[in-house]
Amino acid sequence: MKICVCLKQVPKKDSILRIAQDQKWIDERDISYEMSEADAYALEEALRQKEAHGGEVIVISMGPERTRQSIKEALAKGADRAIHLDDPIFEQATDAAGIGRAIAAALKDEGCDLIMTGLQSDDHGFGQVGLIIAERLGMSSATIVMEVQIETGSVRVKRELESGWFQWVRVPTPAVLTIQSGINQLRYATLKGIMSAKKKELREVKAADLNLTADDLKPLQSIERAYVPEKSKQTEFIEGKPAEIAARLVEKLRFDARVF
Amino acid sequence: MDYTLTEEQEQLVNLVEEFVAGEVNPYIEKHGHEDFPWPLFRKLGLLGLAAIPFPTEYGGGGLDYSTYAVVLEEFSRLGTRLGSVLAVHGLPQLIINQFGTPEQQKKYLPPLSRADLLGAFALTEPHAGSDAQAISTRAELHDDRYILRGQKIWITHGGEADVYIVMAVTDKSKGARGISSFIVEKNMQGLSFGRRERPMGLAHHTREVFFEDCEVPRENLIGQEGDGFRVAMTALDSGRITVAATSIGLAQCAFDHALKYSVERKAFGQSIGDFQGIQFMLADMIAAIEAARCVTRKAAYLRDRGMPFNVIASIAKLLATDAAMKVTTDAVQIYGGYGTSEDYPVQALFREAKIGQIVEGTNQIQRMIIARELLKKLRS
Repeated sequence: MKICVCLKQVPKKDSILRIAQDQKWIDERDISYEMSEADAYALEEALRQKEAHGGEVIVISMGPERTRQSIKEALAKGADRAIHLDDPIFEQATDAAGIGRAIAAALKDEGCDLIMTGLQSDDHGFGQVGLIIAERLGMSSATIVMEVQIETGSVRVKRELESGWFQWVRVPTPAVLTIQSGINQLRYATLKGIMSAKKKELREVKAADLNLTADDLKPLQSIERAYVPEKSKQTEFIEGKPAEIAARLVEKLRFDARVF
Repeated sequence: MDYTLTEEQEQLVNLVEEFVAGEVNPYIEKHGHEDFPWPLFRKLGLLGLAAIPFPTEYGGGGLDYSTYAVVLEEFSRLGTRLGSVLAVHGLPQLIINQFGTPEQQKKYLPPLSRADLLGAFALTEPHAGSDAQAISTRAELHDDRYILRGQKIWITHGGEADVYIVMAVTDKSKGARGISSFIVEKNMQGLSFGRRERPMGLAHHTREVFFEDCEVPRENLIGQEGDGFRVAMTALDSGRITVAATSIGLAQCAFDHALKYSVERKAFGQSIGDFQGIQFMLADMIAAIEAARCVTRKAAYLRDRGMPFNVIASIAKLLATDAAMKVTTDAVQIYGGYGTSEDYPVQALFREAKIGQIVEGTNQIQRMIIARELLKKLRS
């Protein structure tokens, strides 16, 4: 079983985000990065499947030099080798179409049985890259996956639907699965894993290696403006008897403010 | 000398951060600091963090002291005591690794590395602290075993640890050269523990340790009879780097809280951080931390290269623990009345900082070491 996991490096959850001067994205200076959460679960699932069925886990990520840190983390946790799409030309690919195209091109000849991604990234949150890869490589796909059972020639997966409903589907392999956060318990890297990661293959791939040009990766969508949601302050007085006020307040907190 | 972290060091820092957020904080929230955190300690072993600078041959991480110091600092920066636990656990490992026989190494190092066993270092006695050669615990050889009689005090991990490195006098007439060191196991006959001591700070699991005709096999002597004082002092040289590292982490933790609070807290219509009085305090705090960190890294750097490092380790310990005391004191000041409340984090850090100026040789002893070594060079 050859499983490839697509990782994206995103700003750390506790980062203080500032809008960049051109108002198109965040100011990336002074920000620490981490593996997107759902991708971390995808990696964990891939490692568990490998431990159960044997095979190989390859991680692939696209991004600048700093991305190596997340790739190394994946290798330290147990991935066998890695592919890093590192080229200024890849920076053109700012939408799901471009990212999907580049990753699909890099994985075309790998012959993966499964490709796993997080269901969406913690930054852009397009939720499309996995599906675009599947489409480009002619693979079947399943999204929002909560459980994975590998069978011969197919994979049975539990998908999360709305309102607490689930669905079991069987898809033929090779397949792309987009994994939901919380599907498993994440492992920690170990000191031994960190040291052994140094010896594992980390292949750098340039756009030219994939016969891709900046034009091929030109985004089909663009961000008009990034901004912090504007806050407005409104005060509403609830009148009535204390019990009525309390009931109304609970309703407001639950349905309007959604604090519980 | 490179001041940036290596790739592995960065990964280890990330690992510590994840482990603290995912395991340590939830555990402490549930169980508090009262009991020794055995489940966390065992997990440190599983992660390979219980023997970072010791040889891979016996299950250690095989990394350098610089990396060890970075990891210890990070545990403290995140407000945990695990850096200090590892530092204390590291002393017996260091001694057995450096001075032990192959048999002792084979027997004790692997389980200490895996955190199956916890280690401790027993030197201090009720009447012998800074004057370490004044210890009175005796060890007499009878056939194939030493009989130990005496008492130790302030022994971190006392009563919890499975393996103790104990300093005892084998020949009183020889002074410091009459002191020997022994590996004593918790279950050896005649070893017992006193009440839990309650030093201020977070949670120090320290106890008195009693030796009442405690029988220790002859093969548990470390090195030769009379080597004990040198063994202890060599271990403490390295230990000072670890105390410095944990103190810097503690100071950084207090500073991070104080900096954040100085922006959040408003007085006279502005953040208190806008007042020069607070700004000067913040600047002095971070200056003390950065300076101590540089010296500590230098001490680790020299040790890693096999160069003399005892003076710089003493300077690092002195600067780092004084910095921690100053920074945590000022952090409480910046928090004002809230700083003294148990509902806020800085008072615990303040109380924790003090012990750093006392352990592993008081800061007065550090000054004596520094001056004595410099004068010795001049006179030789």
